[in-house]
Amino acid sequence: MSPLLRSILSPEFGFAVLRVMTPLLFAALGVAISEMAGSINIALEGIMLVSAFTGVVVSAYTGSLVIALLAGLIAGIILAAMLGYFHLKLKADIILAAIALNMFASGITIFLTFIFAHDKGTTSSLRSLVFPDIHIPVIKSIPILGEILSGHNILTYGALLAVALYYIIIFKTPLGLRIRAVGQNPDAAESVGIDVNRIKLYALLLSGFFGAFGGLYLAMGYVSWFARDMTAGRGFIAIAITTLGGYLPIGTFLASLLFGTVNALAIYIASLQIPSEFVSLIPYLVTVIVLAVYSVQARRKKARKPTKAKEAV
Amino acid sequence: MEKILEVKGILKIYPNGVIANKDVSVDIEKNTIHAIVGENGAGKTTLMKVIFGITQPQEGEVFYKGEKINLKSPHDAIEIGIGMVHQHLMLAPDLTTAENMVLGIEPLRGKIFLNIDKAFEVTKKVSQDYGFDIPIDKKIKDLPIGIRQRVEILKALFRNAELLILDEPTTFLTPQEIDVLFNTLKDLKNHGKTIIFISHKLKEVKQIADRITVMSDAKIVTTKEASELTEHDIAYLMVGRDISFERISPPEKMGKPLLSVQNISYINDENVKLLNNVSFDIRESEILGLAGVEGNGQSELIKIITGLLKASEGNIYIKGESIKGLSPRVIREMGIAHIPEDRMGYGVADKTSLEENFIVDRYYKSPFSKIFRLIWKYITNHSRKLIEQFKILTLSSKTTVSSLSGGNIQKVVVARELSSEHEILIAAQPTRGIDVGSEEHVHNLLKNTRDAGKAIFLISADLDEILKLSTRIIVIYNGEIVAEFTDVPKISGKYLGPYMLGVKKQEAAVG
Amino acid sequence: MDKFILKYFNLIRTIIAVAIGITISVFIIYVMSETPGLTLRTFLLGPFLSKSRVANIIESASPVIFCGLAIAVAFQAEQFNIGAEGALFIGATVGTAFAVSTHLPIFIHIPLTLLVAGIVGACWSFIPGILKAKWEASELISSLMLNYVAYFLGLYLINYHFRDKGAGYLVSYKLPETAWLNQFIGGTRIHWGIILSLTFAFLVYYFLYHTTLGYEIRTTGFNLRFAKFGGINVFKIIILSQVISGFIAGLGGMTEVMGIHRRFNWQLSPGYGWDGIVVAIIGRNHPLLIIVASLFLSYLSIGGQVLNLLTDIPSEIIVVIQSIIILLITAEAFLSQWKYRITVREAAKKEVAYEPTS
Repeated sequence: MSPLLRSILSPEFGFAVLRVMTPLLFAALGVAISEMAGSINIALEGIMLVSAFTGVVVSAYTGSLVIALLAGLIAGIILAAMLGYFHLKLKADIILAAIALNMFASGITIFLTFIFAHDKGTTSSLRSLVFPDIHIPVIKSIPILGEILSGHNILTYGALLAVALYYIIIFKTPLGLRIRAVGQNPDAAESVGIDVNRIKLYALLLSGFFGAFGGLYLAMGYVSWFARDMTAGRGFIAIAITTLGGYLPIGTFLASLLFGTVNALAIYIASLQIPSEFVSLIPYLVTVIVLAVYSVQARRKKARKPTKAKEAV
Repeated sequence: MEKILEVKGILKIYPNGVIANKDVSVDIEKNTIHAIVGENGAGKTTLMKVIFGITQPQEGEVFYKGEKINLKSPHDAIEIGIGMVHQHLMLAPDLTTAENMVLGIEPLRGKIFLNIDKAFEVTKKVSQDYGFDIPIDKKIKDLPIGIRQRVEILKALFRNAELLILDEPTTFLTPQEIDVLFNTLKDLKNHGKTIIFISHKLKEVKQIADRITVMSDAKIVTTKEASELTEHDIAYLMVGRDISFERISPPEKMGKPLLSVQNISYINDENVKLLNNVSFDIRESEILGLAGVEGNGQSELIKIITGLLKASEGNIYIKGESIKGLSPRVIREMGIAHIPEDRMGYGVADKTSLEENFIVDRYYKSPFSKIFRLIWKYITNHSRKLIEQFKILTLSSKTTVSSLSGGNIQKVVVARELSSEHEILIAAQPTRGIDVGSEEHVHNLLKNTRDAGKAIFLISADLDEILKLSTRIIVIYNGEIVAEFTDVPKISGKYLGPYMLGVKKQEAAVG
Repeated sequence: MDKFILKYFNLIRTIIAVAIGITISVFIIYVMSETPGLTLRTFLLGPFLSKSRVANIIESASPVIFCGLAIAVAFQAEQFNIGAEGALFIGATVGTAFAVSTHLPIFIHIPLTLLVAGIVGACWSFIPGILKAKWEASELISSLMLNYVAYFLGLYLINYHFRDKGAGYLVSYKLPETAWLNQFIGGTRIHWGIILSLTFAFLVYYFLYHTTLGYEIRTTGFNLRFAKFGGINVFKIIILSQVISGFIAGLGGMTEVMGIHRRFNWQLSPGYGWDGIVVAIIGRNHPLLIIVASLFLSYLSIGGQVLNLLTDIPSEIIVVIQSIIILLITAEAFLSQWKYRITVREAAKKEVAYEPTS
């Protein structure tokens, strides 16, 4: 067995998958919930950035993880609210507005990084707190499984819980029902007196909520500092993930797992004599390929219908 | 008899100047099924919008259970017990029946959670109360149209509707489903509900209604007990008014067939047969009118002839050449011009100038362009000529189309199509929604085109227009040609009505 | 006055958006800086205070113009291909590879290198184009992802095959002088690339507004169904608009290598593709307005650099200004009430002179 294969089949690999999946999963849930309400949100990139930055700075200055968490969440939600305001109230194209907000987030975080940390690259001069790792008592002692599942950052478990939370919001609350109705047929929702724009705004705010966790994890779990543009396109990959996952909780989870695996693989094959550039581009290339394959499939399905109709005559 | 709803003296004029309701007064008696019939554009839908609070009239009053009401929105209407079942159902396709039912008034569990059990329970209860047999845990998209409609009706009942408005409810139903619907409606009447039923289909109206109101030309023609009217009476009242226009003189002589449609059938993605074996010819100097209530396959037929849609079966010939598999451009080059029914969707790009709209079918030809270069000087001159010739009211040829009035936008489309090199003109709803002056103008243009030896296929929901212009008329119903009239001057709306409305059918109706 | 406002409404609106963006940044600087007066003067006037800085504005506008044009062609066809950054990067790396490995006379070497870079960029953008036209895959996502792929692929190419190991950091071999775009104003780095970018702006303007293909692109963007109805092959247009976009971006990236650095030296993706989106939006996708917008943006970013150098405020402040400007420009309802009131007032004036038709 080759060393690479051996290391991929090791529990550490499973552990790594969950680790790199965490921010993707949060971002994907953010994309999914706004998509459920019928608006495409490509601003997750920006949402994660402002949350990551805010979390680091607030934790460094207050020394309180809870306050940092709250501040990070608020920052992400504010950015989402700005998207909602410009798109829903000022009728900006949601894609262009989101591109602008991503730029805004990137610019303002670098700007403030310099102000606070006197460095344009990272906040490593600040002493950021990190979210703790958790060892799960019983599972910890199970061989292999314990090594994969236990000892993660609390936010990794948070991501798994977020899937459940997403499920509950969407399928078990009146708001979720309304979000789904607005996404599927806004006229129908409006005809029973639902304020469509308000529901869309709520969905965007929740999108900010989930995304903010993703950002916090990146800066205060994955590493312990903020770095410029540290999201590295995860907010965009999340869109491909949700497309693949059909915006549903389990689908989004499985698709995130898939992309997490690809990312982890990329890290692992770095040990081979493969140029690191190739390794780095894998997640993005895979995203394009997945998107293409998915679209071809979806198109085929659509094209099959009329043929069947013809045969029926 | 107690009146649940009284409508008095409604006047509704839309911003574009179209008078949709004029002095409309009607009483709806409690616990009856009241049908409102009329042609497209007769004003039925506007009246319903007024009653349901979607639009507000300029004049007139509405009384509900004896009290004057002032509805600002459909929500207000629902509050006081008026429900509406739209032709296009207002349901979320991926939600279950029960979820759709409680949407907006969701039962809760523990203050925050959706109590889905309760939703099922109340849905079950209300469906049992009214004897509806519907699956409550299935997604709407998995249910047949007939059942979906019952969900929509039940939705209104669940919101305590006492007066139910159904807008063309049978359009997408099979005959069996229609029977079920009618039984349902009768049941509801027995439960004490009142129903307003809007329809074109006279057979159905006769079958179900207690009272019938006929509308025509934005006014109420009559309201009578159903038993006092036969189908033919209704058809006559709807379309048989005195002809208030002069028919254009018939062509001196007609030449050889230019367009030949042979055995065209079309089945859509949902496996519904929208066109069934349609055949006809149109000859030089002939205007063939296609009469029919909208939604009977006209749109698909037009798209197939112009290459925007592929027929499932059959073939079309332009001057003897088949157009099978050809692109819209090639078909245009073979001699077709097309005034589309969806003016804003297909007829213009409204965010750009008149000039650019005038050349969409010819920009690549000389002298509009040379090799690859657009000759703007020529295009501008060309546009100015068209603006003048077709009396388009605009500041300049560089004005954006969207700043023009509806009538002038239509003239832009007509000007382009008539100025194209064509021998066959497909004119779909050529005067819809435009003012009387423009209408007259377009009619004259069509006549001149015909006199120039061209073949015209005129598709219109406006029967007067068909009668005024056509050399020959065919009638479409449910995707089939059900009648043909060659002696147009002798016929009037009352002859066509029964065919358009599916009451009658000629045995050998072929082109 | 009303008439004037209506006629130039879009321009006025853009200017107001720009003014608001700058006002907000002035406010931020005021709050953040310890020497606000100096900082503001440095930021707003700094770019004009020396010949080399004015030259800097012009130099750095060049790649932005190229990318703005690239984005505009795709946007005019209503294709959300924002892959100019990737096309530029991959075009510039492959172009560099070509230039350093060939020996040709100057009058062939320059055009051929530019052409290679352009074609590579075009092929790159063909991918989202075909995916969209044939299978309706979102060109937004695919072009975005391909930006990253282009970045790493380009770096690989330079790092493993054309790296100048003599240099202390990751750069390519120096281009042979036959592939240089010369600098033609003494004491500045203004090179023929800027002339080329201006030429391209006029070419693209001519192409979009004076050729049949340009007409097809714009008409497809205005109303796809109308274009189909008129017989335009929209399948072709969806792909072609993106391919042309990629070509312009790829070529533009190469001019920067040939004119300024004379070797490939981008460690990070330079961000011109994103600036391209900004100027395309500010310039409303019009090639000639894009020149103006690029110069403006370039002025801002030089202001930002000077700021960085001389004061306590980092240059990223300009990214914040840009994003605020774009947000306001794309917000349809921004100032729409104002316009509406003026329109009504104008219409009321006309009404008097107008006879109703029915």
